[in-house]
Amino acid sequence: MSAAGMHAGGALAGLTPGFSDPVGAAQAVFRLCLERLSRPGTLAEVRSDAALPAGLHVASGALLLALLDQDTRLWLSPAAAGAAAYLRFHTGCVPVDDPAEADFALAASVRELPQLERFAQGSEDYPDRSTTLIVQVESLATDAGWTLRGPGIADSVRLSAAGLGAAFALDWAANRRRFPCGVDVFLASDSRLAGLPRTTRLEDSACT
Amino acid sequence: MYVAVKGGERAILNSYALLGEVRRGDPALPELSLEQIREQLRLAVDRVMCEGSVYDPELAALAIKQAAGDLVEAIFLLRAYRATLPRLGYTLPLDTAHMRLWRRVSATFKDLPGGQLLGSTYDYTQRLLDFSLAAAGEAPVAAQAAPAAAEAVPRVVDLLGDEGLIEAHVPAAGDPEPRDLTREPLTFPAERAVRLQNLARGDEGFLLAMGYSTQRGYSHSHPFAGEIRHGLAEVEIEPEELGFAISIGDLELTECQMVNQFAGSKTQPPQFTRGYGLAFGASERKAMAMSLVDRALRAGELGEAAESPAQMQEFVLSHSDSLEASGFVQHLKLPHYVDFQAELELVRRMRAGLQAAGEEEERAA
Amino acid sequence: MQMFQPVDSQDHPQQEDHAARRAWMGALARADTALLEHGLREVGLPDYVWLRRPETGLMMVRGRAGGTGERFNLGEMTVTRCALRLAAGESGVAYVPGRSHRKAELAALADALLQSPQSAAALRAALLEPLERELQERAECMQRKAQATRVEFFTVAREAGA
Repeated sequence: MSAAGMHAGGALAGLTPGFSDPVGAAQAVFRLCLERLSRPGTLAEVRSDAALPAGLHVASGALLLALLDQDTRLWLSPAAAGAAAYLRFHTGCVPVDDPAEADFALAASVRELPQLERFAQGSEDYPDRSTTLIVQVESLATDAGWTLRGPGIADSVRLSAAGLGAAFALDWAANRRRFPCGVDVFLASDSRLAGLPRTTRLEDSACT
Repeated sequence: MYVAVKGGERAILNSYALLGEVRRGDPALPELSLEQIREQLRLAVDRVMCEGSVYDPELAALAIKQAAGDLVEAIFLLRAYRATLPRLGYTLPLDTAHMRLWRRVSATFKDLPGGQLLGSTYDYTQRLLDFSLAAAGEAPVAAQAAPAAAEAVPRVVDLLGDEGLIEAHVPAAGDPEPRDLTREPLTFPAERAVRLQNLARGDEGFLLAMGYSTQRGYSHSHPFAGEIRHGLAEVEIEPEELGFAISIGDLELTECQMVNQFAGSKTQPPQFTRGYGLAFGASERKAMAMSLVDRALRAGELGEAAESPAQMQEFVLSHSDSLEASGFVQHLKLPHYVDFQAELELVRRMRAGLQAAGEEEERAA
Repeated sequence: MQMFQPVDSQDHPQQEDHAARRAWMGALARADTALLEHGLREVGLPDYVWLRRPETGLMMVRGRAGGTGERFNLGEMTVTRCALRLAAGESGVAYVPGRSHRKAELAALADALLQSPQSAAALRAALLEPLERELQERAECMQRKAQATRVEFFTVAREAGA
């Protein structure tokens, strides 16, 4: 936070509001998250009235406000670091520097996405202790790109995420091999949201 | 074999309704208000807050009303409600040296700075039933002294400490964060901070019996009530968004410093040891019992043999919680039809076996 | 990770501000809701936006072993908090004991208004000063009653040389 924001409201001066109805909004967003993970590759529109700090897309901001609390550790990629004070104020989350310690993580852009193996993977006994990762992308579409198969998909669906190409598909394949461990991913672009649970297979990397 | 038992639903629903009616009692009589419970049954409210481990007199009063005065049940209700609330943080440590005092007595020194304040206590009452309370009368009025000049009321143990006659209690280097039993399970051996948290929420009756046992010779603690103080302590927190500490109210507390058997060695001159009790509200018996048990549980660190129940951590800390104790004892009344069938079968088979063996012997003879 | 910059600790005027703000936040936390309601209505309730809506939760109260030793967790207390910002820019924060959202809201409004040069004097007179007097009286009354139960020992001493 800048020193210029220090008058009157002290450290609060730079902060903006979260959800106007924190409980209702968090429940609605949580429902969307469940649906996206149970129907991989399908898109949802996330509605949120939170006044998000720079660097957070509507969908990823709403997800973080809904899912974080004082018992969760959060890793933010460098371009999203400015959102830390906001998220801590509204959720009580604990920011961490090491992705391997994170319960939740946000990559502000594809460029800032680390290798998936650098995040917490969970253990054979507790595969749920892996990181849930949100990646912000420039666009999401369902009429092009990868072919997705796996649980929750009747036959196959298509999904393209701008900027996520062959390198990610390779990394994702490695993530799948770590099953039951491995990370789950949400892709966010403005208010659009898609889920990639660790069980989903990506075929035909055709993204640009 | 597992047999699902159904059919109790209507009976259960009707038992709720009956409980409601019985709890309310004669509807011709006025209903108790929470304010009445809070004001006129305040020691019950204090006990529920203390062992329910949530300071909120209104919630405690509601729990007492709902439980029809069963305090162990009320404690259960308060603990269950607590589980629905988010944890906002931790307070700064209370400064009990600067409490605003209602009561302060010492059994070790007659004259001491700040004097002895008896406060509101049953200690000097005759324990004769007061039948005038059976009829509504005028509200009694307390006497008031002239306002006294501000006077420091130092802790008795600090006075002894100034002379080096009692062991000092100072935090370990770096003042480490204590473990929190509401977030992490109890493990053994438990450090003192964990033991104190366990005792602070422990059942008063259990701690009283354990403390009593130490006085009757089951551990050698030889206690004196160094000081008991009851009053208001300021609660401070340091919210991150402010960057400085603020005061958020006062808690009514009772603190007991028990001064115990002295110990010494070749390297250390003899000095008294201490036990500590701290409880929400006017909970003097609880705070005193807690300090006796705290001292007994320090046996290991003071180089004493742990021979008595009150000195055994695992025994004391595992059985102190009324919620766990009451739950496990009371679960016995729930259906155990299958378990019991199995045992019944076994006993029958054993008896049949015995009988057959007996008949065999008879025939052989 | 340091999330919130501590507010200029080298700056002495700021520190004095803190002392004053600490004092009024402590008083507001101890006020009856009705008194807050009345005092604020006298100066007029301003427009504001929520930074964080009222939320009731638990603070774990800590003590120290023996009063001075290691910290331990005594038990929790209910606390309601909120943060808001006035249209004029001042932010108000409240942490009050108990579960009243309205009380937290009023305390945060008063906190913000007391920081504003335009409204501070009026709110001091309408709310803070009467409140501080009441708290002072409450404390003194308690002290007088406690002092009335103070034991005045006297000892019958044997005369010297008897």
